[in-house]
Amino acid sequence: MVALTSAAGVAPAPRRHRVRVWRGLVLGIAAAYFLIPLYAGLRFSFQDDAGHWSLYALRAIPSQIGFTGAFWLSIKLAFTTLVGTLVLMVPTTIYVHLHLPRVRRLLEFVTVLPIVIPPIVLILGVLRAAPIWLKASPYLLSLMYVILTMPFVYRSLDAGISAIDLKTLVEASRSLGANGPQTLWRVILPNLRAGILSASVLTLALVLGEFTMASLDLWTTLPVWIYQFQQTDGHIATMVSMLSLIGTWVLITVMVSLDRSESRRSRRKAEVA
Amino acid sequence: MSESGLAGDADATRGADELSAARVASGVRRWRGLRRAAAVTPFIVYVFLGLGIPILAVIDYAFRNPKGHLTLANVSTITHGTYLLGFENSILLAALTSVIPGFLGLTLAYAIATSRSPFLRRMIATASGVLANFGGINLTFMFIATLGSTGILTSWLAAIHLNPWNLGFNLYSFYGVAFVYLYFQVPLMVLVITPALGALRPAWREAASNLGASTWRFWRHIGLPVLFPSVLGGMLLLFGSSFAAYATAETLTAGTVTLAPIQIGNLLNGNAISGQENIGYAIGFGMFVVLAVTMILYGLIQRRASKWLR
Repeated sequence: MVALTSAAGVAPAPRRHRVRVWRGLVLGIAAAYFLIPLYAGLRFSFQDDAGHWSLYALRAIPSQIGFTGAFWLSIKLAFTTLVGTLVLMVPTTIYVHLHLPRVRRLLEFVTVLPIVIPPIVLILGVLRAAPIWLKASPYLLSLMYVILTMPFVYRSLDAGISAIDLKTLVEASRSLGANGPQTLWRVILPNLRAGILSASVLTLALVLGEFTMASLDLWTTLPVWIYQFQQTDGHIATMVSMLSLIGTWVLITVMVSLDRSESRRSRRKAEVA
Repeated sequence: MSESGLAGDADATRGADELSAARVASGVRRWRGLRRAAAVTPFIVYVFLGLGIPILAVIDYAFRNPKGHLTLANVSTITHGTYLLGFENSILLAALTSVIPGFLGLTLAYAIATSRSPFLRRMIATASGVLANFGGINLTFMFIATLGSTGILTSWLAAIHLNPWNLGFNLYSFYGVAFVYLYFQVPLMVLVITPALGALRPAWREAASNLGASTWRFWRHIGLPVLFPSVLGGMLLLFGSSFAAYATAETLTAGTVTLAPIQIGNLLNGNAISGQENIGYAIGFGMFVVLAVTMILYGLIQRRASKWLR
């Protein structure tokens, strides 16, 4: 036994070195593949046509035709989608966890469908099936985005709910005299904050970058505008694209770190008490 | 033994009580059942309207001519000529961008899983989550700036006389699209396969090397057979993701590459010959069929893979 372990302990020394070299190589190639395009996109957006460094693309953005409209349309769609998806999914997921555990499997299956069904085929059917008054409104996109975000939103909420003892919380709240809405608002939702937050971040990121449905429904959202504008000025289009990317990442980081500091503060408060 | 017998007796007496009350309770229960069903009704109605109706519309129009009569002409059209080529290319692209990123993602995930830096692990997990949902116009611009005819990497490679465009590479072609797809497919594989790597216990590796197995023999006889169902399942997921993708291919090639989703987009954008308006729906239906087969295989493999994840 002792001999075996010591033999095993001696043998891996050269192997460990080889593994480290091999791992460094893999990570290095991956880093190059993922970082060079990012760097290239940023560099291109900070150059002018002659290839000199310039901030002209950044300064010129607000005055470009159609930019403001596309920007606000995307923001409006993002927030209506967010409200819609939370109002639909949060009560449903909580209720199913509390009272209909057998329906969970069905819910899981249904919410995975939007991943399986290509958005391009879905919008094809929607454009035929939707009533005309709805097709005339950009908010048809919001309604469809609620469907598209369902897989991510459901999974975030489901993970959040599974992490807390929902049943005990609800029973405790009831026995202290709270009614249904009070329990939802003051007990369940604060405890689900992390799950709701990650669901919201995923929703915003998806809607702000969605191209397929918006372009085929003929609404000029930000990604569609960027695509059309590249023929006018590639540097400005790339700059807007990189900014929307950075904006989304900043949004994600801020929301996640806000949540982390908030939970740390409440934990400290609990410790002091 | 005796305890369970006692519990059984208690159950029996309680059972008799319940039996007498059952008739009264059943009405209450039915009422409560209805109320519970009502609580999930908004969700079910929403999914039916937003997902069910459009799917049914696609299938319905796939089998109708523009006058509304039932026909098999659309489906027969898409199994010939340029539309068949679209399907063949799409399936080939999906196969290429699921098998290659599958192995690359597995390698990367293994390199991360065996590293001792928790910072690296956390950073790559977050980055994979972000990058796996990446795509469309941002990705297109980044790659035009990298590997377009005047891109950064192109000029670097040209400086050492390896200009890829002179060597037959074209970013705006089938293989260009495949290369760009790696950018979200590899992170997706990392996300999918990382939990499965947890099933590969370090003790097995140690046991194998104690018994004198080389690295190659460990992977050949233990590592890959254990991981095989998970890797295959992950690749099928990648296949579906790539097969359904539209935005990146469309923005990169301006709709010139012959892929099934691009053809749907072109038909919707008004490039349909008269009498063939419903061809797009038939292509959509064809895509359903391919994806349904993929997902059924995925489900079967997943069931087998879960054996090792317990």
